Amino acid sequence: MPINKISDSFADAVADIPSGASIMIGGFGGAGGQPTRLMMALRDLGVGDLTIIGNVAGISKTTGYGWPDHLDPIDQGMFFESGQATKITCSFPVPGTTNPLSEIERAWREGRAEVDIVPQGTLIERIRSAGAGVPAFYTPTGVGTPVAEGKEHRDFDGRTYLLETALSADYALIRAQKADTRGNLQYTGTSRAFNPAMATAAKVTIVEVDEIVEVGGIDPERVETLSTYVNRIVQREAGDPLP
Amino acid sequence: MSISGSTSGTNSGNPAGNDPAPRLDRAAVAKRAARDLVDGSTVNLGIGIPALCADFLPDGVELLYHAENGILGFKELSAPGEGDPNLMDAGGKFPKLVPGMAFFDSVESFNLIRGGHIDVTVLGALQVSRTGDLANWIIPKRGIGSIGGAMDLAANAKRVVIAMEHTARGDMPKIVEECTFPLTAPGCVDEIITDIAVIKIDRASGRMILRETAPGWSFDDVQALTEATLVVDGEIVVMS
Repeated sequence: MPINKISDSFADAVADIPSGASIMIGGFGGAGGQPTRLMMALRDLGVGDLTIIGNVAGISKTTGYGWPDHLDPIDQGMFFESGQATKITCSFPVPGTTNPLSEIERAWREGRAEVDIVPQGTLIERIRSAGAGVPAFYTPTGVGTPVAEGKEHRDFDGRTYLLETALSADYALIRAQKADTRGNLQYTGTSRAFNPAMATAAKVTIVEVDEIVEVGGIDPERVETLSTYVNRIVQREAGDPLP
Repeated sequence: MSISGSTSGTNSGNPAGNDPAPRLDRAAVAKRAARDLVDGSTVNLGIGIPALCADFLPDGVELLYHAENGILGFKELSAPGEGDPNLMDAGGKFPKLVPGMAFFDSVESFNLIRGGHIDVTVLGALQVSRTGDLANWIIPKRGIGSIGGAMDLAANAKRVVIAMEHTARGDMPKIVEECTFPLTAPGCVDEIITDIAVIKIDRASGRMILRETAPGWSFDDVQALTEATLVVDGEIVVMS
């Protein structure tokens, strides 16, 4: 029987996500590469006590970061505004300004959310490691800073490194440009960012795409994420006004 | 043109708000920082004054700009309202598509950084210490901050240049003996370019060497706004 991972709607694709789940949200921060329709479906689902894993998170709404001027930005702050998320692990949770206050900083100040701030290169390598079956790795980044507290230090060739552990999740919501019905993916431009690594690091990976093609519609020389990592695919409506 | 400078760190006393001459504007600081960027280098520019460096490259210098979000080889930005959200830089702006550009994911992007393949990064700072410690991600009073790619860049780029205003609000020194703010990386800064001075950090000897001053500023004028002890090693040149 041909493999077909297509979900009929964004709501269907996220319907089994339970309260208490950990959710990776792909992209970099900004509109490109963000699974915006899947995020809106998760918000509408209303489940709570979520742990979000992102990168640049929740700063677009108040600063316009990575969004075209004529659109109202949508970002991961939505899960803190709705009270669904109680924790975020990310590298960039707040902008330089506090006026107006971002939803993540507001939730943190009010004691509604824990914010775990990780250097970006460490964050992506922790996610990559989880997908690659590597439980931990040494990195020079963060030595001598607050992120090193409580972590094993080890010297190699005269330089000191930190032991950092792999980071996985229950679900990954990611964004790609094109999928075949089997789940092979291609991306466009700078929309890759955290998407390919997150696809490998979650128990269930759900992909929002602009276009679904039949098997054979993606050149096997140019598959960027392998179908094995992908569980569900949802296609956006043609002419969706959101980037 | 050069001016003589005393070799001690004694302050001659320039009270706050009593500058001997105008400080350079942000564009002039960026222009000075841009002059040190070597043709053909792979460069990562932070947000703020560092990002402005791209506007002031000397003639004949071509750099390969890297941004954390997975782009190498970008140049000018698209016109306002014309950008493609799938063609972004790490500051959330939209560069134009140009020949030779490359896109890649965040694993590869930080392989470049962590692996030591970035020749120079120009960053902003909240504090820099005499021995080159950098603090630029969190103000303790706020209690929350953003690291982004700063720790990876500061710890792993071959050369770390800070381009910033010399002092914080109220003429509070940002160049200090020891950082009081949480660090981004210890012992990483090679050079500081500010609106009144260019300072080289000799990390091996723990010395901060004043190399250049803004027009009308003396060694003592700069030292008065610098908590860390500055030294002279060679002539002091006027910034241009």
